[in-house]
Amino acid sequence: MLEFDCSLKRGDFLLEVAFSAPSPGVTALFGRSGAGKSTLVALLSGLLTPARGRIVSEGAVLLDSAAGVNVAAEERAVGCVFQDARLFPHLNVRHNLEYGLRRVRGREAPIRFDTIVDLLGLSAMLARRIRELSGGERQRVALGRALLAQPRLLLLDEPLASLDAERRDEVLPYLERLREQLGIPIVYVSHDFDEVLRLAEHLVLLDRGRMVASGPVREMCLSEHLHAIVGASVVGTVLDGIAERIDSAERLATIRCDELFLRVALPQVEPGSHVRLYVPADDVLIALEPPRNVSARNVLSVEITRLEILNGSVLVHLAVAGTALLARITHSAVRELDLRAGKRCFALVKAVAAQGRRFDRRAAGP
Amino acid sequence: MFTPDEWQALGLSLEVAARSVLVSLPFAIAVAWLLARRRFLGRTLLDAAFHLPLVLPPVVVGYFLLVIFGSRGPVGAWLNEQFGLRLVFTTAGAALATAVMSFPLVVRAIRLSIENIDPGLEAAARTLGARGWDRFFSITLPLTLPGILAGVIVAFSASLGEFGAVITFVSNIPGETRTLPLALYTAIQTPDGDAAALRIAALSVSLGLAGLLLSEWLARIVRRRLGP
Repeated sequence: MLEFDCSLKRGDFLLEVAFSAPSPGVTALFGRSGAGKSTLVALLSGLLTPARGRIVSEGAVLLDSAAGVNVAAEERAVGCVFQDARLFPHLNVRHNLEYGLRRVRGREAPIRFDTIVDLLGLSAMLARRIRELSGGERQRVALGRALLAQPRLLLLDEPLASLDAERRDEVLPYLERLREQLGIPIVYVSHDFDEVLRLAEHLVLLDRGRMVASGPVREMCLSEHLHAIVGASVVGTVLDGIAERIDSAERLATIRCDELFLRVALPQVEPGSHVRLYVPADDVLIALEPPRNVSARNVLSVEITRLEILNGSVLVHLAVAGTALLARITHSAVRELDLRAGKRCFALVKAVAAQGRRFDRRAAGP
Repeated sequence: MFTPDEWQALGLSLEVAARSVLVSLPFAIAVAWLLARRRFLGRTLLDAAFHLPLVLPPVVVGYFLLVIFGSRGPVGAWLNEQFGLRLVFTTAGAALATAVMSFPLVVRAIRLSIENIDPGLEAAARTLGARGWDRFFSITLPLTLPGILAGVIVAFSASLGEFGAVITFVSNIPGETRTLPLALYTAIQTPDGDAAALRIAALSVSLGLAGLLLSEWLARIVRRRLGP
């Protein structure tokens, strides 16, 4: 558990943020640039001291201005990975990795050098100089260096923002592995919603120095605050489920999310594995009667819970088998079908629209 | 080809320059770091004070050294009493004079280098558990190496050539304070010293050239090690 409550004034900028994040797991701090994300990172790592604040990580008080406690950055054991990697140019990869490990000073060091080198695929580059590394390799080394310092909390400050799409896809699987294999709570700072969807379980929304909303990613997907930040075309529903049946001939998987069964084009999953689905609101159709002879593989009986106006279109919140689903349609469709809260109708979801991601949670689910 | 006196002047020049650099370097690094990384009251004044030797006539610097470090000067008398260290008319005094003269050049080179270090690297080192001195020696100092090298080379060359402050503070004593420029000056003052003057000048030129080549070579090694 991470508890954070700080306020700080810097020039015209006032930051006043309080949130708590469950652990282990990945908590995303999400917001536009200027929302205060970088300031938050500096506060958490101890590089910046707030006027007033309290930070508690896994029961250890890192900062409590009321009690006069302020653990220095050097002693906080908050591992940081910065957007620009910040590897030491005069040291090779091995010595960069060992830098924090050599300064653990009597704390326990359960994270072994060889484990990290294996996990991040670094064995071939240990002797190399930093300037010989690609952007993606640099971020992997920076991750390894931070982890070997045996952190109680790992702080990732837009670690993928300076990489192109290809390098990003190279680093993301390593981040996913870290989340699964090391039990360290991770705070992930990002302005990229796709990364957040892929990695985070918990979401803290920031806007102009304030925390506007926070909660599990699944619930936050329904939040109007999030919709206002990510924009209408990115809005969608996150569903966490378990693969029930795989029909490899049809290349379809049936995913059970609570009481909802969704057929999804996900041929590679194994039965019983945990899958996170993302269903874009733009890909959900609404019909008043169950259509026949339709290509959509999922025709769900739903009830409208709420209509949300979003940038000239309407976001329809639907309740289906105990979970929520979002559909974005036009005002004209709302008028013509006479859609309003409480009305029953049918939602059509294409099997290829639901983007699935496999992830394995060793620990009990969310 | 060269007379023993000339060899002696050459040896003395190198000794004075080396001692001057060795003594001034730690102070120069400290002052450069203060000026580059700390904001404190009187910073501008300190900056100006260390730059004074650049704008003052060397003779004036030599005179002030004489006043302060002379046998009856406040510091000079104390040093003599406590440690039996005499600076006037000695090689040590010549090294002090050249150190004071070259100090602003060294500080400048090192300070530029420190200012070029991304403070983010030091911040990263902090989050990895590196405390003050540890961080300074493991990150800041190695990354300052190009500036330190440049500063050492500039200081060494300037020390070889310092004339005014040396002759004013420690006079022109063969084997003790008569470095190459002072030997050249003496040769010119001597009725038939033309040939000697030419030899000493040639010696100075070759020394300068060797220094330049050496510094270029060292700079290349450092560049290769640190890279962009």
